[in-house]
Amino acid sequence: MYDLKISDVSKKFGDVNALRDINLDVEENELFGVIGPDGSGKTTLFRIAATLLVQDTGKVKLSGLDNIKDYKKIREIIGYMPGRFSLYPDLTVEENLKFYATVFGTTVKENYDIIKDVYLHLEPFKKRRAGKLSGGMKQKLALCCALVHKPKFLILDEPTTGVDPVSRNEFWEILRNLKSIGMTVIVSTPYMDEAKLCDRVTLMQNGCILSVQTPAEIIEGFGKKIFSIRTDALTDTLKFLNEYKYTENVFLYGDVIHYIDIRKEIKVDILTQYLRTNELKNITIKEIEPSVEDCFLTLMREK
Amino acid sequence: MKRFIGFVKKEFKHILRDYRTLLILFGMPVVQILLFGFAIKNEIKDSKIAILDRSKDYITEEITNKLLSSGYFLLYENLKSEDYIESEFRKGIVKEVIVFEEDFAKNLFGEGKSGIQIIADASDPNYANMLINYTSSIINDYLNTLHTGHNIQILINPEVKMIYNPEIKSVYMFIPGLMAVILLLVSSLMTSISITREKEFGTMEVLLVSPLKPLQIISGKVIPYVFIAFIDALIIIFMAKYVFAMPIEGSIILLILESVLFITTALTLGILISTISSSQQIAMMSALGGLMLPTILLSGYIFPIENMPYVLQLLSNLIPAKWFVIIVKAIMLKGLGFSYIWFETAVLVITNIVLFVISIARFKIRLE
Repeated sequence: MYDLKISDVSKKFGDVNALRDINLDVEENELFGVIGPDGSGKTTLFRIAATLLVQDTGKVKLSGLDNIKDYKKIREIIGYMPGRFSLYPDLTVEENLKFYATVFGTTVKENYDIIKDVYLHLEPFKKRRAGKLSGGMKQKLALCCALVHKPKFLILDEPTTGVDPVSRNEFWEILRNLKSIGMTVIVSTPYMDEAKLCDRVTLMQNGCILSVQTPAEIIEGFGKKIFSIRTDALTDTLKFLNEYKYTENVFLYGDVIHYIDIRKEIKVDILTQYLRTNELKNITIKEIEPSVEDCFLTLMREK
Repeated sequence: MKRFIGFVKKEFKHILRDYRTLLILFGMPVVQILLFGFAIKNEIKDSKIAILDRSKDYITEEITNKLLSSGYFLLYENLKSEDYIESEFRKGIVKEVIVFEEDFAKNLFGEGKSGIQIIADASDPNYANMLINYTSSIINDYLNTLHTGHNIQILINPEVKMIYNPEIKSVYMFIPGLMAVILLLVSSLMTSISITREKEFGTMEVLLVSPLKPLQIISGKVIPYVFIAFIDALIIIFMAKYVFAMPIEGSIILLILESVLFITTALTLGILISTISSSQQIAMMSALGGLMLPTILLSGYIFPIENMPYVLQLLSNLIPAKWFVIIVKAIMLKGLGFSYIWFETAVLVITNIVLFVISIARFKIRLE
């Protein structure tokens, strides 16, 4: 059974096509990720699902409810965390949480077991004003506020943007816990490395959906050889590889270069040879397993 | 209901934690009243005049003494000849010159009339008018006392009496208008800012997704400002009465009730502004430009509506403050009861209902 079914949804803002014919199914109790760069349409899609925007064409059903006709009922079962800071900076941590609990007709006590994991991190700062929290803390508080009424369906728009790596890991751990207690979670993120933490992911670009798969399927379906290259002149190497006629995709990945070749049969030696002729030294080339990021970056380039 | 109370509580916290705004909200009425009451006056006091006395007899001397002892005038200079009059005005210090003709007393008792020329600097026409009125009434007063003793024809002098504000105290004129302006400022400006702030903060997104109804969000925003504006109204009334000894001839309860009515009108205006503006800045500009300016200019607060061109007179009917100023003047200065101001009250009530319905209808349940 699908918990969220988006069929042929398009949305325009003036002349800009924010969403083009989006089709997406999110299963019940799934942790579903929407990955895409800024401006790809993630926020628009999430706002439509959260009944905050109306699509131009197409249908959206959340738990069998229509997002336009039954928007009131949908608002009762979802928890929504907008991408930007959505707390009252002049209220304390505790007051923000209490306020959202009251507005949603519940109390912090009643649903404490759900927010406990997140709130434990915040407890020491509960008297601090929300405007004075660090980025990660703010996001955790916003999540608490979105969770406090025990929603069935959680919509999180870029919860980890601007959050440090440690807090990001904690955040994803929390999301897995929420899934384990039966919630359906859709989450968007610009960080491709977070894709592997989702049950299924989709890649969005320019208002289109490129693929919907599990992280493992994405890697399996990649079917191309990928090399990690290290030299003592990375910028030059990047330039030479970009000019190479067999290059499918090449990009900087941390302090190494990832290179994807269009030829099925390709050996490390041939590459080393090519780079040597361009007078590069200390060349180390290894064939590696592709990561989700490699797959996405290549997929985005194809489209 | 619990949701709603929680929401109102939150609004009070916002207001109470913003010390600076709070200071402005309560300090503004005090400062404005003191400013208007003490500093900006359009009544006459110690106006500098010059006198050209060609006669120099006991009558002109007595008239001069009367004028100078009235407290309205100060003698700046005794002029020697007509040639000095213009140069005196050009200096800009002297606002009025009084010229007694030659043989003033002789003419007065011989022919039964004498000439006094009063020349005023009309670059400020209202002020010049008042100076002339004051001067001629003092002179006429004096002449009347003369007539009783002598057998001279009695001149008929039009007697001008200022009713309701016999001393023409400007503070009496300002306070009703000031009340309207301050209540409007507090209510409409602050509510429109506080609603658009939610939009800017992104918290409106979450409020919209919450089960709160638009009516609850709007009234939750409005209620705290009803309190604040109400306190402001009390401050103004209190200061008017005890600092400026302004009479409250009519019922103070009625005055307060009418004030609350006007506050709600101003609040609904604020809500309307917030539904059409996307940022705090736009809200502030539309409240100041779209409400304050027309209110100050067209409510009769500073400029009398009767003197305006017909089109502006018609336009002034759209300004809620105009009706409120009429009501306040009627209650405070004339001591009239509700039966005399029911029409103005009805106008405000209807404005309220119309604005509120439009605001609720315009309130967006979504982001677009």
